[in-house]
Amino acid sequence: MQINPADNVFILISTAFVLLMSMPALAIFYGGLTKVKSILNTIMMVGVAFSVVSFIWLAYGYSLSFSGDGAFIGNLKYLFLSGINPSDPAPAADNLYHYLFIFFQMTFAAITVALMAGAFVERMKFSAWLIITVLWATFVYFPVAHWIWGGGWLANLGTLDFAGGLVVHETSGLGALVGAIMLGKRKEAVMLPSSLPLVAIGTGLLWFGWFGFNGGSALGMSAQAVSAAFVTSIAAFIGGFVWMALEWIKFKKPTSLGFFTGIIAGLATITPASGFVDVGAGMIIGFLGAVVCFWAVVYVKNRFKYDDSLDVFGVHGVGGMVGALLLALLAKPEVAEVKGLFFGGSFTGLWHQIVGILAVGAYTIVLSFIIFKIVDKLVGLRVDKETESEGLDEAVHGEKAYQKEI
Amino acid sequence: MKKIEAVIKPFKLDDVKEALVQAGISGMTVSEVKGYGRQQGHTELYRGAEYVVDFLPKVKIEVVVRAEDVDNVVDTIVQAARTGKIGDGKVFVSDIEQVVRIRTGEKDEEAI
Repeated sequence: MQINPADNVFILISTAFVLLMSMPALAIFYGGLTKVKSILNTIMMVGVAFSVVSFIWLAYGYSLSFSGDGAFIGNLKYLFLSGINPSDPAPAADNLYHYLFIFFQMTFAAITVALMAGAFVERMKFSAWLIITVLWATFVYFPVAHWIWGGGWLANLGTLDFAGGLVVHETSGLGALVGAIMLGKRKEAVMLPSSLPLVAIGTGLLWFGWFGFNGGSALGMSAQAVSAAFVTSIAAFIGGFVWMALEWIKFKKPTSLGFFTGIIAGLATITPASGFVDVGAGMIIGFLGAVVCFWAVVYVKNRFKYDDSLDVFGVHGVGGMVGALLLALLAKPEVAEVKGLFFGGSFTGLWHQIVGILAVGAYTIVLSFIIFKIVDKLVGLRVDKETESEGLDEAVHGEKAYQKEI
Repeated sequence: MKKIEAVIKPFKLDDVKEALVQAGISGMTVSEVKGYGRQQGHTELYRGAEYVVDFLPKVKIEVVVRAEDVDNVVDTIVQAARTGKIGDGKVFVSDIEQVVRIRTGEKDEEAI
Protein backbone atom coordinates (compact mmCIF):
# COMPACT_ATOMS: atom_id res chain seq x y z
CA MET A 1 0.00 0.00 0.00
CA GLN A 2 0.92 3.63 -0.39
CA ILE A 3 0.68 6.49 2.06
CA ASN A 4 -3.03 7.35 2.02
CA PRO A 5 -3.83 10.99 2.89
CA ALA A 6 -7.42 10.27 4.02
CA ASP A 7 -6.20 7.53 6.34
CA ASN A 8 -3.57 9.85 7.77
CA VAL A 9 -6.11 12.60 8.35
CA PHE A 10 -8.39 10.22 10.20
CA ILE A 11 -5.68 8.70 12.36
CA LEU A 12 -4.12 12.08 13.21
CA ILE A 13 -7.55 13.23 14.41
CA SER A 14 -8.06 9.92 16.22
CA THR A 15 -4.73 10.49 17.96
CA ALA A 16 -5.97 13.86 19.22
CA PHE A 17 -9.18 12.15 20.36
CA VAL A 18 -7.30 9.56 22.41
CA LEU A 19 -5.08 12.27 23.87
CA LEU A 20 -8.22 14.11 24.93
CA MET A 21 -9.39 10.92 26.66
CA SER A 22 -6.55 11.32 29.16
CA MET A 23 -6.42 15.10 29.46
CA PRO A 24 -8.95 16.25 30.36
CA ALA A 25 -11.51 13.42 30.08
CA LEU A 26 -10.06 10.73 32.36
CA ALA A 27 -8.47 13.32 34.64
CA ILE A 28 -11.78 15.05 35.39
CA PHE A 29 -13.78 11.81 35.35
CA TYR A 30 -11.55 10.48 38.12
CA GLY A 31 -11.19 13.91 39.73
CA GLY A 32 -14.95 14.34 39.99
CA LEU A 33 -15.19 10.96 41.74
CA THR A 34 -12.47 11.84 44.26
CA LYS A 35 -13.10 13.59 47.59
CA VAL A 36 -12.73 17.33 47.19
CA LYS A 37 -9.58 17.50 49.32
CA SER A 38 -7.63 15.28 46.90
CA ILE A 39 -9.13 16.11 43.52
CA LEU A 40 -6.03 17.86 42.16
CA ASN A 41 -3.81 14.94 43.14
CA THR A 42 -6.04 12.61 41.16
CA ILE A 43 -5.97 14.89 38.12
CA MET A 44 -2.19 15.10 38.42
CA MET A 45 -1.80 11.31 38.65
CA VAL A 46 -3.48 10.99 35.27
CA GLY A 47 -1.54 13.91 33.82
CA VAL A 48 1.95 12.84 34.88
CA ALA A 49 1.30 9.25 33.81
CA PHE A 50 0.61 10.61 30.35
CA SER A 51 3.82 12.69 30.35
CA VAL A 52 6.09 9.99 31.70
CA VAL A 53 4.78 7.17 29.53
CA SER A 54 4.84 9.34 26.39
CA PHE A 55 8.50 10.06 27.03
CA ILE A 56 9.54 6.45 27.59
CA TRP A 57 7.41 5.44 24.60
CA LEU A 58 9.67 7.56 22.42
CA ALA A 59 12.81 6.47 24.27
CA TYR A 60 12.31 2.70 24.04
CA GLY A 61 8.64 1.75 24.44
CA TYR A 62 7.67 1.93 20.79
CA SER A 63 10.72 -0.09 19.85
CA LEU A 64 10.08 -2.80 22.44
CA SER A 65 6.41 -3.01 21.45
CA PHE A 66 6.53 -2.83 17.67
CA SER A 67 9.94 -3.83 16.32
CA GLY A 68 11.37 -7.25 15.56
CA ASP A 69 9.59 -10.57 15.56
CA GLY A 70 10.44 -11.82 19.04
CA ALA A 71 7.70 -13.89 20.65
CA PHE A 72 7.91 -12.07 23.95
CA ILE A 73 9.36 -8.60 23.36
CA GLY A 74 10.60 -6.43 20.50
CA ASN A 75 14.14 -5.18 20.04
CA LEU A 76 15.84 -1.80 20.42
CA LYS A 77 16.08 -0.95 16.74
CA TYR A 78 14.04 2.24 17.13
CA LEU A 79 15.66 3.44 20.36
CA PHE A 80 14.78 7.17 20.58
CA LEU A 81 13.09 6.68 17.19
CA SER A 82 16.50 6.45 15.57
CA GLY A 83 16.52 6.16 11.80
CA ILE A 84 12.88 7.12 11.35
CA ASN A 85 12.07 10.04 9.05
CA PRO A 86 8.78 11.93 8.93
CA SER A 87 7.98 10.73 5.41
CA ASP A 88 8.60 7.03 6.09
CA PRO A 89 5.61 4.67 5.98
CA ALA A 90 4.91 2.67 9.15
CA PRO A 91 6.03 -0.97 8.91
CA ALA A 92 2.90 -2.12 10.77
CA ALA A 93 0.53 -0.06 8.59
CA ASP A 94 2.19 1.25 5.43
CA ASN A 95 -0.79 3.45 4.52
CA LEU A 96 0.20 5.64 7.49
CA TYR A 97 3.28 7.72 8.18
CA HIS A 98 5.54 6.00 10.66
CA TYR A 99 5.49 9.07 12.90
CA LEU A 100 1.70 8.98 12.99
CA PHE A 101 1.57 5.29 13.90
CA ILE A 102 4.05 5.88 16.72
CA PHE A 103 2.11 8.94 17.89
CA PHE A 104 -1.26 7.15 17.79
CA GLN A 105 0.06 4.14 19.70
CA MET A 106 1.76 6.44 22.21
CA THR A 107 -1.62 7.72 23.37
CA PHE A 108 -2.75 4.13 24.02
CA ALA A 109 0.30 3.29 26.13
CA ALA A 110 -0.15 6.51 28.10
CA ILE A 111 -3.86 6.16 28.85
CA THR A 112 -3.45 2.51 29.87
CA VAL A 113 -1.07 3.47 32.67
CA ALA A 114 -3.15 6.53 33.59
CA LEU A 115 -6.27 4.35 33.93
CA MET A 116 -4.75 2.48 36.87
CA ALA A 117 -4.55 5.66 38.95
CA GLY A 118 -8.26 5.41 39.76
CA ALA A 119 -7.61 2.51 42.12
CA PHE A 120 -4.94 4.37 44.11
CA VAL A 121 -6.46 7.80 44.68
CA GLU A 122 -6.48 9.70 47.98
CA ARG A 123 -3.56 7.78 49.49
CA MET A 124 -0.66 7.02 47.14
CA LYS A 125 2.68 8.81 47.34
CA PHE A 126 3.22 10.91 44.24
CA SER A 127 6.85 9.76 43.95
CA ALA A 128 5.75 6.12 44.20
CA TRP A 129 3.24 6.68 41.40
CA LEU A 130 5.92 8.19 39.14
CA ILE A 131 8.17 5.15 39.58
CA ILE A 132 5.24 2.79 39.05
CA THR A 133 4.31 4.45 35.76
CA VAL A 134 7.83 3.81 34.42
CA LEU A 135 8.18 0.23 35.67
CA TRP A 136 4.63 -0.85 34.83
CA ALA A 137 4.71 0.56 31.30
CA THR A 138 8.11 -1.06 30.72
CA PHE A 139 7.44 -4.50 32.15
CA VAL A 140 3.69 -4.93 31.62
CA TYR A 141 2.35 -2.72 28.83
CA PHE A 142 5.21 -2.89 26.31
CA PRO A 143 5.50 -6.71 26.41
CA VAL A 144 1.74 -7.32 26.30
CA ALA A 145 1.29 -4.81 23.47
CA HIS A 146 4.04 -6.68 21.63
CA TRP A 147 2.42 -10.09 22.24
CA ILE A 148 -0.87 -9.03 20.68
CA TRP A 149 -0.31 -6.01 18.43
CA GLY A 150 3.43 -6.15 17.73
CA GLY A 151 3.62 -9.62 16.18
CA GLY A 152 4.38 -11.55 19.38
CA TRP A 153 3.24 -15.00 20.44
CA LEU A 154 -0.46 -14.23 20.99
CA ALA A 155 -0.68 -12.51 17.60
CA ASN A 156 0.82 -15.62 16.04
CA LEU A 157 -1.57 -17.84 17.97
CA GLY A 158 -4.55 -15.85 16.66
CA THR A 159 -5.77 -14.04 19.77
CA LEU A 160 -7.76 -10.99 18.68
CA ASP A 161 -8.00 -7.63 20.41
CA PHE A 162 -9.23 -4.87 18.17
CA ALA A 163 -8.62 -1.77 20.28
CA GLY A 164 -7.34 -2.94 23.63
CA GLY A 165 -9.70 -5.10 25.69
CA LEU A 166 -6.68 -7.14 26.75
CA VAL A 167 -3.78 -4.78 26.03
CA VAL A 168 -5.41 -1.74 27.64
CA HIS A 169 -8.34 -2.63 29.86
CA GLU A 170 -7.42 -6.05 31.24
CA THR A 171 -3.84 -5.01 32.01
CA SER A 172 -4.80 -1.72 33.66
CA GLY A 173 -7.73 -3.32 35.51
CA LEU A 174 -5.64 -6.13 36.98
CA GLY A 175 -2.69 -3.83 37.70
CA ALA A 176 -5.16 -1.60 39.54
CA LEU A 177 -6.55 -4.52 41.54
CA VAL A 178 -3.13 -5.81 42.59
CA GLY A 179 -1.96 -2.30 43.44
CA ALA A 180 -5.10 -1.46 45.42
CA ILE A 181 -4.73 -4.60 47.54
CA MET A 182 -1.03 -3.94 48.23
CA LEU A 183 -1.63 -0.27 48.93
CA GLY A 184 -4.43 -1.08 51.39
CA LYS A 185 -7.73 0.55 52.10
CA ARG A 186 -8.16 4.27 52.56
CA LYS A 187 -8.94 5.49 56.08
CA GLU A 188 -12.20 6.81 54.69
CA ALA A 189 -12.84 4.01 52.21
CA VAL A 190 -16.00 5.46 50.71
CA MET A 191 -16.68 7.19 47.44
CA LEU A 192 -17.69 10.80 48.02
CA PRO A 193 -17.65 12.43 44.60
CA SER A 194 -16.38 16.01 44.70
CA SER A 195 -18.38 16.83 41.57
CA LEU A 196 -20.74 14.56 39.67
CA PRO A 197 -21.24 17.19 36.94
CA LEU A 198 -17.47 16.92 36.33
CA VAL A 199 -17.94 13.15 36.06
CA ALA A 200 -20.71 13.79 33.53
CA ILE A 201 -18.43 15.93 31.37
CA GLY A 202 -15.62 13.41 31.72
CA THR A 203 -17.94 10.59 30.67
CA GLY A 204 -19.09 12.50 27.59
CA LEU A 205 -15.53 13.37 26.59
CA LEU A 206 -14.38 9.78 27.10
CA TRP A 207 -17.24 8.58 24.91
CA PHE A 208 -16.27 11.14 22.25
CA GLY A 209 -12.62 10.14 22.49
CA TRP A 210 -13.52 6.48 22.15
CA PHE A 211 -14.44 7.18 18.50
CA GLY A 212 -10.73 7.70 17.91
CA PHE A 213 -9.74 4.86 20.22
CA ASN A 214 -11.91 2.20 18.59
CA GLY A 215 -12.60 3.79 15.19
CA GLY A 216 -8.95 4.74 14.82
CA SER A 217 -7.85 1.20 15.62
CA ALA A 218 -8.95 0.30 12.07
CA LEU A 219 -5.74 2.24 11.17
CA GLY A 220 -7.44 3.82 8.18
CA MET A 221 -10.62 5.46 6.94
CA SER A 222 -12.56 2.29 6.15
CA ALA A 223 -16.00 0.75 6.59
CA GLN A 224 -14.50 -1.08 9.55
CA ALA A 225 -13.58 2.24 11.16
CA VAL A 226 -17.11 3.55 10.76
CA SER A 227 -18.61 0.31 12.03
CA ALA A 228 -16.28 0.26 15.04
CA ALA A 229 -17.18 3.83 16.03
CA PHE A 230 -20.88 3.12 15.54
CA VAL A 231 -21.04 -0.09 17.61
CA THR A 232 -18.94 1.64 20.27
CA SER A 233 -21.58 4.32 20.67
CA ILE A 234 -24.37 1.74 20.73
CA ALA A 235 -22.70 -0.24 23.51
CA ALA A 236 -22.22 3.00 25.45
CA PHE A 237 -25.82 4.16 25.55
CA ILE A 238 -27.17 0.66 26.15
CA GLY A 239 -24.64 0.15 28.96
CA GLY A 240 -25.59 3.41 30.64
CA PHE A 241 -29.30 2.69 30.52
CA VAL A 242 -28.93 -0.89 31.75
CA TRP A 243 -26.72 0.05 34.72
CA MET A 244 -29.16 2.78 35.71
CA ALA A 245 -32.07 0.32 35.46
CA LEU A 246 -30.23 -2.26 37.58
CA GLU A 247 -29.64 0.34 40.29
CA TRP A 248 -33.24 1.44 40.13
CA ILE A 249 -34.42 -2.13 40.68
CA LYS A 250 -31.83 -3.03 43.29
CA PHE A 251 -31.40 0.23 45.23
CA LYS A 252 -34.66 2.05 44.38
CA LYS A 253 -32.85 5.05 42.87
CA PRO A 254 -31.71 5.65 39.27
CA THR A 255 -28.42 7.43 40.07
CA SER A 256 -26.58 9.68 37.65
CA LEU A 257 -23.30 8.03 38.62
CA GLY A 258 -24.81 4.65 37.74
CA PHE A 259 -25.72 5.97 34.29
CA PHE A 260 -22.20 7.35 33.71
CA THR A 261 -20.57 4.17 35.02
CA GLY A 262 -22.67 2.00 32.72
CA ILE A 263 -21.60 4.09 29.72
CA ILE A 264 -17.94 3.48 30.57
CA ALA A 265 -18.63 -0.23 31.17
CA GLY A 266 -20.27 -0.48 27.73
CA LEU A 267 -17.34 1.34 26.12
CA ALA A 268 -14.69 -0.80 27.81
CA THR A 269 -16.51 -4.03 26.99
CA ILE A 270 -17.04 -3.26 23.29
CA THR A 271 -13.39 -2.17 22.83
CA PRO A 272 -11.79 -5.52 21.92
CA ALA A 273 -14.76 -6.51 19.74
CA SER A 274 -15.54 -3.16 18.12
CA GLY A 275 -13.90 -3.89 14.75
CA PHE A 276 -15.37 -7.39 14.43
CA VAL A 277 -19.05 -7.17 15.38
CA ASP A 278 -22.19 -5.56 13.94
CA VAL A 279 -24.70 -3.25 15.59
CA GLY A 280 -26.87 -6.08 16.95
CA ALA A 281 -23.88 -7.56 18.73
CA GLY A 282 -23.00 -4.05 19.92
CA MET A 283 -26.29 -3.96 21.80
CA ILE A 284 -25.72 -7.39 23.34
CA ILE A 285 -22.19 -6.46 24.36
CA GLY A 286 -23.34 -3.16 25.87
CA PHE A 287 -26.03 -4.99 27.82
CA LEU A 288 -23.77 -7.78 29.11
CA GLY A 289 -20.93 -5.36 29.83
CA ALA A 290 -23.19 -3.35 32.14
CA VAL A 291 -24.65 -6.43 33.85
CA VAL A 292 -21.31 -8.15 34.52
CA CYS A 293 -19.47 -4.98 35.54
CA PHE A 294 -22.38 -4.02 37.84
CA TRP A 295 -22.02 -7.39 39.51
CA ALA A 296 -18.24 -6.92 39.84
CA VAL A 297 -18.52 -3.39 41.28
CA VAL A 298 -21.47 -3.93 43.62
CA TYR A 299 -21.07 -7.54 44.76
CA VAL A 300 -17.53 -8.82 44.12
CA LYS A 301 -15.85 -5.71 45.53
CA ASN A 302 -18.10 -5.79 48.58
CA ARG A 303 -17.49 -9.48 49.14
CA PHE A 304 -13.70 -9.27 49.04
CA LYS A 305 -13.36 -5.78 50.57
CA TYR A 306 -10.50 -4.49 48.42
CA ASP A 307 -10.38 -0.72 47.95
CA ASP A 308 -10.40 -0.39 44.16
CA SER A 309 -11.39 3.19 44.86
CA LEU A 310 -12.86 4.25 41.51
CA ASP A 311 -13.57 0.72 40.22
CA VAL A 312 -10.82 0.42 37.63
CA PHE A 313 -10.85 -3.37 37.91
CA GLY A 314 -14.63 -3.66 38.20
CA VAL A 315 -15.33 -1.58 35.11
CA HIS A 316 -12.24 -1.70 32.86
CA GLY A 317 -10.65 -5.00 33.85
CA VAL A 318 -13.86 -6.99 33.90
CA GLY A 319 -15.30 -5.20 30.86
CA GLY A 320 -12.16 -5.79 28.80
CA MET A 321 -12.10 -9.51 29.60
CA VAL A 322 -15.82 -9.96 28.95
CA GLY A 323 -15.54 -8.17 25.61
CA ALA A 324 -12.52 -10.22 24.54
CA LEU A 325 -14.53 -13.37 25.24
CA LEU A 326 -17.74 -12.15 23.58
CA LEU A 327 -15.94 -11.27 20.39
CA ALA A 328 -15.20 -14.98 19.90
CA LEU A 329 -18.95 -15.63 19.97
CA LEU A 330 -20.34 -12.58 18.17
CA ALA A 331 -17.78 -11.66 15.48
CA LYS A 332 -19.56 -11.44 12.15
CA PRO A 333 -17.64 -12.33 8.97
CA GLU A 334 -19.23 -9.47 7.00
CA VAL A 335 -17.52 -6.91 9.27
CA ALA A 336 -13.89 -8.05 9.15
CA GLU A 337 -13.86 -11.67 7.96
CA VAL A 338 -13.66 -13.05 11.47
CA LYS A 339 -16.23 -15.74 12.28
CA GLY A 340 -17.57 -15.89 15.82
CA LEU A 341 -18.93 -19.12 17.21
CA PHE A 342 -22.52 -17.99 16.50
CA PHE A 343 -21.69 -17.13 12.89
CA GLY A 344 -20.08 -20.34 11.69
CA GLY A 345 -16.82 -20.02 13.60
CA SER A 346 -14.99 -22.77 15.42
CA PHE A 347 -14.14 -23.38 19.06
CA THR A 348 -10.51 -22.69 18.18
CA GLY A 349 -11.26 -18.96 18.04
CA LEU A 350 -12.85 -19.09 21.47
CA TRP A 351 -9.87 -21.03 22.78
CA HIS A 352 -7.42 -18.42 21.46
CA GLN A 353 -9.34 -15.71 23.30
CA ILE A 354 -9.35 -17.71 26.53
CA VAL A 355 -5.60 -18.32 26.27
CA GLY A 356 -5.08 -14.61 25.64
CA ILE A 357 -7.18 -13.54 28.61
CA LEU A 358 -5.51 -16.02 30.98
CA ALA A 359 -1.95 -15.37 29.79
CA VAL A 360 -2.28 -11.58 29.89
CA GLY A 361 -4.06 -11.82 33.25
CA ALA A 362 -1.50 -14.08 34.92
CA TYR A 363 1.44 -12.11 33.55
CA THR A 364 -0.05 -8.78 34.61
CA ILE A 365 -0.85 -9.97 38.13
CA VAL A 366 2.62 -11.41 38.76
CA LEU A 367 4.54 -8.47 37.29
CA SER A 368 2.32 -5.89 38.99
CA PHE A 369 2.88 -7.62 42.33
CA ILE A 370 6.66 -7.50 41.86
CA ILE A 371 6.61 -3.86 40.73
CA PHE A 372 4.50 -2.68 43.67
CA LYS A 373 6.72 -4.67 46.06
CA ILE A 374 9.84 -3.00 44.69
CA VAL A 375 8.37 0.50 44.83
CA ASP A 376 7.13 -0.12 48.36
CA LYS A 377 10.71 -1.03 49.38
CA LEU A 378 12.19 1.93 47.50
CA VAL A 379 10.03 4.86 48.61
CA GLY A 380 6.92 3.42 50.29
CA LEU A 381 3.55 3.34 48.55
CA ARG A 382 1.43 5.41 50.93
CA VAL A 383 1.38 8.95 52.23
CA ASP A 384 1.36 9.33 56.03
CA LYS A 385 -1.92 9.26 57.96
CA GLU A 386 -2.01 13.00 58.53
CA THR A 387 -1.59 13.80 54.84
CA GLU A 388 -4.29 11.30 53.98
CA SER A 389 -6.83 12.75 56.38
CA GLU A 390 -6.02 16.38 55.50
CA GLY A 391 -6.20 15.60 51.81
CA LEU A 392 -3.38 15.24 49.32
CA ASP A 393 -3.93 18.52 47.49
CA GLU A 394 -2.56 20.83 50.17
CA ALA A 395 0.00 18.44 51.64
CA VAL A 396 1.49 17.14 48.38
CA HIS A 397 0.89 19.94 45.88
CA GLY A 398 0.42 23.02 48.11
CA GLU A 399 -2.84 23.88 46.38
CA LYS A 400 -6.58 23.82 46.94
CA ALA A 401 -9.04 23.07 44.17
CA TYR A 402 -11.56 25.69 45.26
CA GLN A 403 -11.13 28.86 47.31
CA LYS A 404 -13.72 29.99 49.80
CA GLU A 405 -14.14 33.72 50.26
CA ILE A 406 -13.80 33.60 54.03
CA MET B 1 -34.56 42.27 74.44
CA LYS B 2 -34.61 38.72 73.24
CA LYS B 3 -32.90 36.81 70.50
CA ILE B 4 -34.96 34.26 68.61
CA GLU B 5 -33.00 31.60 66.77
CA ALA B 6 -34.98 29.33 64.51
CA VAL B 7 -33.44 26.30 62.80
CA ILE B 8 -35.75 25.40 59.92
CA LYS B 9 -35.98 23.42 56.71
CA PRO B 10 -34.12 25.35 53.99
CA PHE B 11 -37.07 25.40 51.58
CA LYS B 12 -39.21 27.12 54.25
CA LEU B 13 -36.92 30.17 54.42
CA ASP B 14 -38.93 32.29 51.99
CA ASP B 15 -42.22 31.55 53.78
CA VAL B 16 -40.76 32.39 57.16
CA LYS B 17 -39.13 35.58 55.91
CA GLU B 18 -42.40 36.73 54.29
CA ALA B 19 -44.34 36.03 57.48
CA LEU B 20 -41.80 37.93 59.59
CA VAL B 21 -41.94 40.93 57.29
CA GLN B 22 -45.74 40.86 57.53
CA ALA B 23 -45.39 40.79 61.32
CA GLY B 24 -43.33 43.95 61.20
CA ILE B 25 -39.85 42.54 61.65
CA SER B 26 -37.44 44.73 59.71
CA GLY B 27 -34.24 42.72 59.74
CA MET B 28 -32.79 39.30 60.31
CA THR B 29 -29.60 37.25 59.93
CA VAL B 30 -29.65 33.96 58.04
CA SER B 31 -27.01 31.25 57.84
CA GLU B 32 -26.71 27.82 56.29
CA VAL B 33 -26.07 25.29 59.01
CA LYS B 34 -26.01 21.53 59.45
CA GLY B 35 -27.42 19.42 62.20
CA TYR B 36 -29.79 16.72 63.23
CA GLY B 37 -32.41 16.01 65.85
CA ARG B 38 -35.04 13.32 65.80
CA GLN B 39 -34.92 13.18 62.03
CA GLN B 40 -31.38 11.75 62.21
CA GLY B 41 -29.30 11.65 59.04
CA HIS B 42 -29.94 10.16 55.64
CA THR B 43 -28.03 7.91 53.24
CA GLU B 44 -26.49 8.61 49.86
CA LEU B 45 -25.69 5.90 47.35
CA TYR B 46 -22.59 5.79 45.15
CA ARG B 47 -22.22 2.72 42.93
CA GLY B 48 -24.28 0.69 45.37
CA ALA B 49 -22.24 1.68 48.43
CA GLU B 50 -24.24 3.52 51.08
CA TYR B 51 -22.81 6.61 52.67
CA VAL B 52 -24.55 7.80 55.83
CA VAL B 53 -24.78 11.57 56.13
CA ASP B 54 -25.26 12.44 59.83
CA PHE B 55 -25.79 16.15 59.47
CA LEU B 56 -28.58 17.53 57.36
CA PRO B 57 -28.58 20.97 55.80
CA LYS B 58 -30.78 23.47 57.66
CA VAL B 59 -31.18 27.24 57.72
CA LYS B 60 -30.80 29.23 60.91
CA ILE B 61 -32.63 32.55 61.23
CA GLU B 62 -31.66 34.97 63.99
CA VAL B 63 -33.93 37.84 64.95
CA VAL B 64 -33.56 40.20 67.91
CA VAL B 65 -36.81 41.75 69.18
CA ARG B 66 -38.28 43.68 72.11
CA ALA B 67 -39.28 41.36 74.95
CA GLU B 68 -43.00 42.06 74.49
CA ASP B 69 -42.87 40.97 70.83
CA VAL B 70 -41.35 37.54 71.49
CA ASP B 71 -44.52 35.46 71.63
CA ASN B 72 -45.94 36.97 68.47
CA VAL B 73 -42.70 36.46 66.49
CA VAL B 74 -42.19 32.91 67.73
CA ASP B 75 -45.77 32.02 66.74
CA THR B 76 -45.24 33.58 63.33
CA ILE B 77 -42.09 31.52 62.73
CA VAL B 78 -43.61 28.27 63.99
CA GLN B 79 -46.69 28.64 61.79
CA ALA B 80 -44.72 29.54 58.68
CA ALA B 81 -42.06 26.84 59.11
CA ARG B 82 -44.30 23.94 60.01
CA THR B 83 -44.88 21.10 57.54
CA GLY B 84 -45.98 18.59 60.18
CA LYS B 85 -43.27 16.16 59.12
CA ILE B 86 -40.22 15.16 61.12
CA GLY B 87 -37.30 17.54 60.66
CA ASP B 88 -39.22 20.84 60.81
CA GLY B 89 -36.67 22.24 63.25
CA LYS B 90 -36.66 24.17 66.54
CA VAL B 91 -36.91 27.69 67.90
CA PHE B 92 -34.66 28.94 70.71
CA VAL B 93 -35.21 32.15 72.69
CA SER B 94 -32.52 33.83 74.82
CA ASP B 95 -31.79 37.14 76.52
CA ILE B 96 -29.78 39.88 74.85
CA GLU B 97 -27.79 42.28 77.02
CA GLN B 98 -26.89 44.98 74.60
CA VAL B 99 -27.39 46.06 70.98
CA VAL B 100 -25.44 48.79 69.17
CA ARG B 101 -26.13 50.09 65.66
CA ILE B 102 -22.66 50.56 64.24
CA ARG B 103 -23.50 53.45 61.85
CA THR B 104 -25.11 55.76 64.43
CA GLY B 105 -24.04 54.40 67.77
CA GLU B 106 -27.71 54.04 68.84
CA LYS B 107 -28.16 51.52 71.61
CA ASP B 108 -30.51 48.76 72.68
CA GLU B 109 -34.18 49.02 71.65
CA GLU B 110 -33.47 51.99 69.39
CA ALA B 111 -30.93 49.92 67.58
CA ILE B 112 -33.11 46.87 66.95
